[in-house]
Amino acid sequence: MQETRIILNKVNNNPICAKEYVENGGYEAVKKAVQMNPKDIIDIITDSGLRGRGGAGFPVGLKISFVYKTNSDQKYIICNADEGEPGTNKDRVIFETVPHSVIEGMIICGIASGATKGYIYLRWEYPQIYDILTKVLDSARESGFLGEKILGSEYDFDIEIYVGAGAYVCGEETALIESIEGKRGEARFKPPFPGVEGLWGKPTLVNNVETLANIPLIINNGSSWFHQFGTEKCSGTKLFTLCGNINKPGVYEFPIGVKLQDLYAFGGGVPKGRKLQAVQLGGVSGSIISADQINVEMDPDTLASKGMTFGSGSVLFIDDSQDMIDLLENIMEFFLHESCGKCTPCREGNLRLLEIIRKFKNNTARLEDIDTLMDLSSTMMCTSLCGLGQSSPTAIVTCIRNMKEVFTNRIKGEQYCG
Amino acid sequence: MVKVTIDGQTIKVKEGSTILDAAKKLNIWIPTLCHHPDQAVKANCRICVVEVDGQRVLQPSCAFPVSDGMVVHTHSQKVRSARSNILELILSHHNQDCLHCPRNENCELRIVAEKLGFNKELRYPLHIKEGKDTSSPSIVRDPSKCINCGRCKYVCDEIQTVYAITKENRSFETIYTTSFGEDLASSPCVNCGQCVQACPVGALTIHDDTEKVWQAIDSDKLVIAQVAPAVRITLAEALGEEPGSISTGRLVTAMKQLGIDVVFDTDFTADLTIMEEGTELLGRLKNGGVLPMVTSCSPGWIKFCETYYPDCLDNLSTCKSPQAMFGALIKTYYAEKLDKKPHDVYSLSIMPCTAKKYEANRPELGRDGYQDIDAVLTVQELAKMIKSAGINYKTLPDTPFDKPFGLGTGAGEIFGATGGVMEAALRTVYEVVTGEELKDLDFKEVRGFEGIKESTVPVGDLNVKVAIAHGLGNARKLMDAIRAKEVDYHFVEIMACPGGCIGGGGNPIKNWEKMANRLKSVYEEDKNLPQRKSHDNEAVKELYTQFLGHPNGHKSHELLHTNYTNRSNILN
Repeated sequence: MQETRIILNKVNNNPICAKEYVENGGYEAVKKAVQMNPKDIIDIITDSGLRGRGGAGFPVGLKISFVYKTNSDQKYIICNADEGEPGTNKDRVIFETVPHSVIEGMIICGIASGATKGYIYLRWEYPQIYDILTKVLDSARESGFLGEKILGSEYDFDIEIYVGAGAYVCGEETALIESIEGKRGEARFKPPFPGVEGLWGKPTLVNNVETLANIPLIINNGSSWFHQFGTEKCSGTKLFTLCGNINKPGVYEFPIGVKLQDLYAFGGGVPKGRKLQAVQLGGVSGSIISADQINVEMDPDTLASKGMTFGSGSVLFIDDSQDMIDLLENIMEFFLHESCGKCTPCREGNLRLLEIIRKFKNNTARLEDIDTLMDLSSTMMCTSLCGLGQSSPTAIVTCIRNMKEVFTNRIKGEQYCG
Repeated sequence: MVKVTIDGQTIKVKEGSTILDAAKKLNIWIPTLCHHPDQAVKANCRICVVEVDGQRVLQPSCAFPVSDGMVVHTHSQKVRSARSNILELILSHHNQDCLHCPRNENCELRIVAEKLGFNKELRYPLHIKEGKDTSSPSIVRDPSKCINCGRCKYVCDEIQTVYAITKENRSFETIYTTSFGEDLASSPCVNCGQCVQACPVGALTIHDDTEKVWQAIDSDKLVIAQVAPAVRITLAEALGEEPGSISTGRLVTAMKQLGIDVVFDTDFTADLTIMEEGTELLGRLKNGGVLPMVTSCSPGWIKFCETYYPDCLDNLSTCKSPQAMFGALIKTYYAEKLDKKPHDVYSLSIMPCTAKKYEANRPELGRDGYQDIDAVLTVQELAKMIKSAGINYKTLPDTPFDKPFGLGTGAGEIFGATGGVMEAALRTVYEVVTGEELKDLDFKEVRGFEGIKESTVPVGDLNVKVAIAHGLGNARKLMDAIRAKEVDYHFVEIMACPGGCIGGGGNPIKNWEKMANRLKSVYEEDKNLPQRKSHDNEAVKELYTQFLGHPNGHKSHELLHTNYTNRSNILN
């Protein structure tokens, strides 16, 4: 199987240089967009079926139209580059190879929605990307793609980089906005949605890096071209990060709907002498499935129908050398560290889940602890304020559902010996 | 209007209403904790979640707006299970010393647990936060009770703009605390106690001085108490009666039954304050003194001004607060009259205010090594003593205040509400300046709960421009305008607490609905008093004749006036 590269298609010798990007067909979409009616831009993106690549999969055209429809003296575009989901490195790869495509996507979103100011919210752990982006923005400005009256048009648009402070929750769009405003990174209650009241109370469009990188492709090639990739309900490609016990870890681009077992084969399988035990899909907040469930299409709708998650496209392979309870302990330690502490279920619940997982680790768990895990998890998933607390129990719940023996074995007092 | 169906009942409510608003209209109770009727939506405790048809997850009813045709279930299996689990999480991280918690009776968490019929065993090990802080003379902070609702921070930041409370750490370790973990006493806290009023549980309570007072009662000392204007409005409420129940006579009876020897009325020194402050104002107007002159009755406001507006200290009236004036008189004039030494007399104040406890400790309010006030009890604490002594407050007969300082006028009484000091001053200043009798005593423009009120009152040749702010957020706006010279008032009244003293931190737990009843009673009490102007107070006149001489005279300056301290270094 071959990769299908549309986002990572043309990688220039010097990805930072706007001129070189232009020489290879770059910024054509911006040139087109300044001549277009904003409504037509939104229509093309809507028709393309592009859905957000950050994890929630919201239709992008619809999201832009919310900002477009809200009247305001100031609107904002935010590029969510707080790539904090463990096991996900796609945004980094995009910035290292095709950074101008993201800038282009932001400018087009600005033109389509009426925003004149953009922010790239960059995760603190990516200092090298900060250096790249600073130069990329300078280069784009020099070539007249950013600033006042872009390409002599009526549109103004410029971009500022905002570096986060390392909190996972700031990948959630409203916590991200709070963070830019200089406040504690905590999610806001929605409604109002950012499209109506976002940064500084103004209509704000927040899109993931990968989502934005798709937009110039759609403007250049049209929506029907985009539909040739992916599934009917979710078109395009996806950058999958293959990681864990896999022979060829890395970021690879495939059409949405690619089979998980094909990704596994592409990655070269688990190290020699080992057997695949499980896969976690979509990062630490994603679902755990057992090795016998990998004959599945990797698209958000198919996965959701099976109780699995697509998320950010992270695929963590877990071979039989790993102790699943150890893994769950590690995941819950992560969430215990990263919960912002605002809402009760997440603030209090993650510790309790971890405490119970540790009972399994210490062989002191009882059968009813499995019920408590499921009961508490279901409350956290349906009452937490933001996606963090709503998804932090996913690994536990899916592991119980798909690999219950992991837990029942420990109740009998069996130790894992890998 | 939109139509919404909750638990099978349909109702039309205003667009923009929350599910909780709509449920209240239908008399459906939904448990809440972080929700406060006078605060913005926080939606963080999640105890109020309900099931909304078409929504993927449960939604907090305190925040979720209704829409036309919405169908809501408030006690479905999913909701019951979620509420129970959330409550269990909160209880597992909460000090369970309910039997001896000061908030036992009216703890919102306990009430929610009781109403939900929660009586299962906790499945999780109990974790209790440490770091109880008793450094402040006014407020005790007990993190072991805190449920992280954020109501204290909201009132401290948004209403009072004091910013003494900060949220630290993340996740399970999240706490509401002071900046850099310093003591409350060394923080910018101004002791107003509005956080105590906002706290749903026992995490913020009043510093309890009742034991100290019991000991004084049991000692050989002569215990002399003064009772602030607002106390007679809110004490009965603290003992279970309706908000606004006036109990002037009963409270004197109860205090006598507790063993307090003499009970005076702070309305008296409120009148005295008007004589001193009115004279000071006229002096400033005549001699080109610093204007506007700003009132100094509210100790929370004074500390706020000393901290945030040290450059404006000359605007403050040099008059001590009525409590402090009374303390000075008790320990000097009255003690002498009884042929007693100051330390044989125990000077006790009953106040609606937690900051008065702080004020009583100010070094300048005393002399020769003693303080003018030995103890301050808030309304909540006095109510506690009355209850514990087995006194049935409801059925007590009336007793008048003791003489000679038991006489107060309506002007002194309205000190209890925002605008009251201003109105009392205007009644006197008008008559003193013009020599004419004031026909209408009610200055309606300075009354009510609007944040900042303004009025211009013709007094003789001068149009006196006045402004009133209550709540320190409003005070800040007003002071910023004064500092920037955008306004040219002559006289300004500022009270630290929203609504004035009837909204003070030492009162029973309040909201604006209760406050409206309290306010009504203040003006009712004013109307009912035989004298309504401070300069008509015979006891005040007699005090000037016998002891003080004249307002702003030498003796007054020695006993009734004070000075202030720049405290801006607290912010460094």
